[in-house]
Formats: sequence, structure tokens, C-alpha cells
Amino acid sequence: MPPAPGPEPTVPIVRLRQVTQRYANGTEALAGLDLDVAEGELLALLGPSGCGKSTALRLMAGLLAPTAGTVERHLPDPHAVGFVFQEPTLLPWATVEANVALPLKLLGLPRPEIRRRAAERLESLGLGGFARAYPRELSGGMRMRVSIARALAARPRLLLLDEPFAALDEITRWRLNDELLGLWRSEGLTVVFVTHSVYESAYLATRIAVLTARPGRIAGEIAVDAPVPRGPDHRGSEAYLRTCRAVSARLAEALGNGGTP
Amino acid sequence: MRRLLAHALPPAAVVVLVLAAWEAVVRLRHIPEYLLPGPLRIAAALREDWPILFPSLLRTLTVTAEALLAAAVLGAALAVLLVQAKWIERSLFPFAVILQVTPLVAIAPLLLIWVKDVDLALGLCAFLVAFFPVASNTALGLQSADHNLLDLMRLYGASRWKILRYIRLPSALPYFLGGLRISGGLALVGAVVAELVAGTGGTASGLAYRILEAGYTLAIPRMFAALVLLGAAGVLLYAALSGVSYLALRRWHESAVGREGTRPRTGSPRGVVDKEGLTSELSGH
Repeated sequence: MPPAPGPEPTVPIVRLRQVTQRYANGTEALAGLDLDVAEGELLALLGPSGCGKSTALRLMAGLLAPTAGTVERHLPDPHAVGFVFQEPTLLPWATVEANVALPLKLLGLPRPEIRRRAAERLESLGLGGFARAYPRELSGGMRMRVSIARALAARPRLLLLDEPFAALDEITRWRLNDELLGLWRSEGLTVVFVTHSVYESAYLATRIAVLTARPGRIAGEIAVDAPVPRGPDHRGSEAYLRTCRAVSARLAEALGNGGTP
Repeated sequence: MRRLLAHALPPAAVVVLVLAAWEAVVRLRHIPEYLLPGPLRIAAALREDWPILFPSLLRTLTVTAEALLAAAVLGAALAVLLVQAKWIERSLFPFAVILQVTPLVAIAPLLLIWVKDVDLALGLCAFLVAFFPVASNTALGLQSADHNLLDLMRLYGASRWKILRYIRLPSALPYFLGGLRISGGLALVGAVVAELVAGTGGTASGLAYRILEAGYTLAIPRMFAALVLLGAAGVLLYAALSGVSYLALRRWHESAVGREGTRPRTGSPRGVVDKEGLTSELSGH
């Protein structure tokens, strides 16, 4: 596919070209990574631990500059990115409401607007009754919800999630999976999330990029064409299982020859 | 009420027993009061000499409070300055350490010569010993901010000032308060030591001066009474600072929040989390 010049609708929202990331301690996290994130997709980055998935995500967020290669971002403004960390990473001294309001405060919005938008966000994530609670008073799943609410508070175009549900129990994880799908649909978001779970990627994503072991490169991409209101029934469907099998096979392949570029 | 009784009774009983034993030994062995007065004699001295001792106590406490306040403000300010850049820390921190490790009794005479106003000199001495724990603890706290939170701030293009205000200062608060608790006691010690060094030369009339004076005139019960007041002031100061720390941190910091199954430090049990993740305290609202 030749790179399309100019701001056409097909221009990817993020484009990584031959990206290499080497850390000061000599670790090479990524080597020659090529990846496009298309507007409106729900992309899963799947790979073994330490394959540089999180590094790729931090590059997309602009938190890191690549050692070599280019990272292009086509966003209305550089702050139109929401980031959800592996841990909820909340301000322990602030209420749930203040946590969600933080990005809005940082962007310098007027106070009534901050209050209105934070309340809206809390409501949309089922946190309405918890505005005055402190993070330590919440369960792990609720804390992660607050973290997602915070990431979405400033109405980002691009939402990046770094293994957000890895530490949660399965029931909570499934529920949050469905909530994430709902938000993606209702907000018209572009979502990139990192996971090491084949099942999670197969359930959530519209496209799955499988990475090799360190240093990470794209080993293969799998499009998931299952229709998107994916209810609990989807987890038992033939289409879902087929995706899981395909992803597992690709992952096994990637691990098999992952060491040699 | 019952719990309070069970809580307070054993230590109270021990104190009473020790005092009774002290009184008994003094009486039975006929120890003269200029060597060791009994608790009752000390209590009497406290009552008789109250008009002299109380103003002195207030004076010592004033010097202590002023020094502690200055230590809190300037210590925190220095900490903020130190963490701005590694080179600032490397060039300034040694001075703070040198000030800290040089014994106050060695510096106090110099300060008393240099500074004409005795009260100011005393305050300066107390400040010098109280300053370091606040500064070094706060600096540690400012550097202990969660790295992911700092990344989040960068994501939204937050300025240095906003990062300080929204992330670093709140992260440092528990450390600052911990330092302040140590500094409280040190400021009191500093005020007393400085006054002892100043001796009878100045116009000072704090508790240390009363102790010196009582020593010269062999008014030993009064000396003990002054010591009792100093001890009580120290304990109250520590309790007050602990109270401030508890009030500031009770909603969020592990040091001040009670756990289920253990008794909280103060007040009613809180932070009991149920299945929905709401505390029982919250659902009660």
C-alpha cells in the first residue's frame, strides 16, 4: 500500500515506520516495527511478555521518542489521547470526581465545564454514586473504571490501554470488556490496547497485530470481522473460536521464529 | 467507654505505681529534697512556682513554635528547590547535612555573639536543628511521586508548576508530616539547649533559664517542676503534630487508615470494603 499524501480520510491516525527502540541499558524493545492505526478501529497488540508492546503504546502516546524510525500522529491536537495504565494509577489523595476531572483541569477548562463533564463521564461508566469516594475505598475493577473515565474525560480521539484488565478477576474483566466495546461504539473512538490474552484480543478487537518476542516486530495481522455488539453469547460462537484458533496459531508461529529477524 | 478503660487503665496504673514507689523510697530512705524530691514535693513546687514557671513555659513554647513554623516553611521550600535539578541538589544538600551534623551546642555561642536579639538567636538555634528532617523528608517525598502519574501529566502537557501542585506536593505530604513530627521534638530541644548556652547573660527567661537558676540556688523541686513541664510540652507537641498528620491523611494514606480486623489508630473503624467496593462508611451516607 503506497503512503497516501495529504489529509485524506484513509490516512491512519497513527503510523509507525521502521521503529526501533533501544533503552539506555542496551535492551532493544522494538526492531523495525511497522504499524498503522486506522481511524475508528479497535486494534489489539498481542504478544509475549517483554515483547515491546507497552513500548509501542508509549511511542503512540508521544511519551517516548523512537531511537530510529518515525512515529506520525494525525490528531486534532496532541492532547487528544487518553492513556490507561496497567495499574489504575489514580491520585490516592483525591476523590473519584477529582481524579476524573484532572485532565480537564490540566487543559485549563472553566470550572463549571469541568464539573459538568466529569459528572457526565462518571455517569457513563456507572460511577455516579461514587463521586465522593476515595480510590482506596474502591475495588480493583471500580478503580480501573475510574482510570478509564479519567482517560476519556477530555474526549480523546485515540484511547491507548496498556494491559488494563490483566490484574482483574475474570468476571470483572469480561464486564469491563463489554463496557469498553460499548464506549468504543458510542464515542466513535479509535482504541489500541495491549494484551497477552488471546481470548481477550479475539473478543475485543476489530484487528489483532501479533508481535514477536523481543525485539518486537509485527509477526502477522488478523482482521476480526464479527459484528460488534458482541454479547456474552459471542464467547461461545463459532466465529469467536475460529478467531482464537487463528490468533493462537499465529502467536505460536511468532514465538517459534521470534528470535531471528 | 469500656474499651477506653481497657486502653487507658494499664499505663495509668503503671505511672501511679512508679510514682508511689518513688515517693516511698524518698521518704523511707530520708533522701534530702536537694538531691531528689518526691513526686508530691514536686507537685507542690509546681503549684507554688506556677506564676514563675508558666510565663517561662510560654516563652520556651513561643520560641519552639516560631522555629518549627520557620523550619516547616523553609524546609519544604528548600526541598522543592532541591528536586528541581540534580546539580542544585548536589551543590546545596551538603550544606544542609553539615548544618545538621554540627552539634548545636557548638554553634549556639557563635550565633549568640552574632545575633544581638537574644530571642532571635534562640529561635535560630532551634530552627537549625528542626530544619533538616523536614527538608530531607520532603525532598524524598517529592521524588517518590508515581512515575505513571508523571507520564500522565506529560500526556496533557502539564507545566512544571502544575506537576508540582497536582502530583509532587500531595505525594510529599505524608513525608513532610513525618518530618515535622521529628522536627517538633527537635525544635523544643533546640530552644532549651540554646537557652542553656545563653545562660544568665541574656534577658531570656524560658524554662531552661529557670532550670539553671534553680540549680544555682539549689531549688531542686522547682528544677524538677520545670523538667515536668518541659516533658509535658514535648509530649503535647508530638501528640498535636500526630493529630495534624492523622487529620490530613486519614482519607487516603495507609499510615492513617485503619484496616478491617485491626483497631484503627484513632476514631471509629473506617475503610471497610464490601463486595461492591464501597466502604461501609460511605454507604451509610
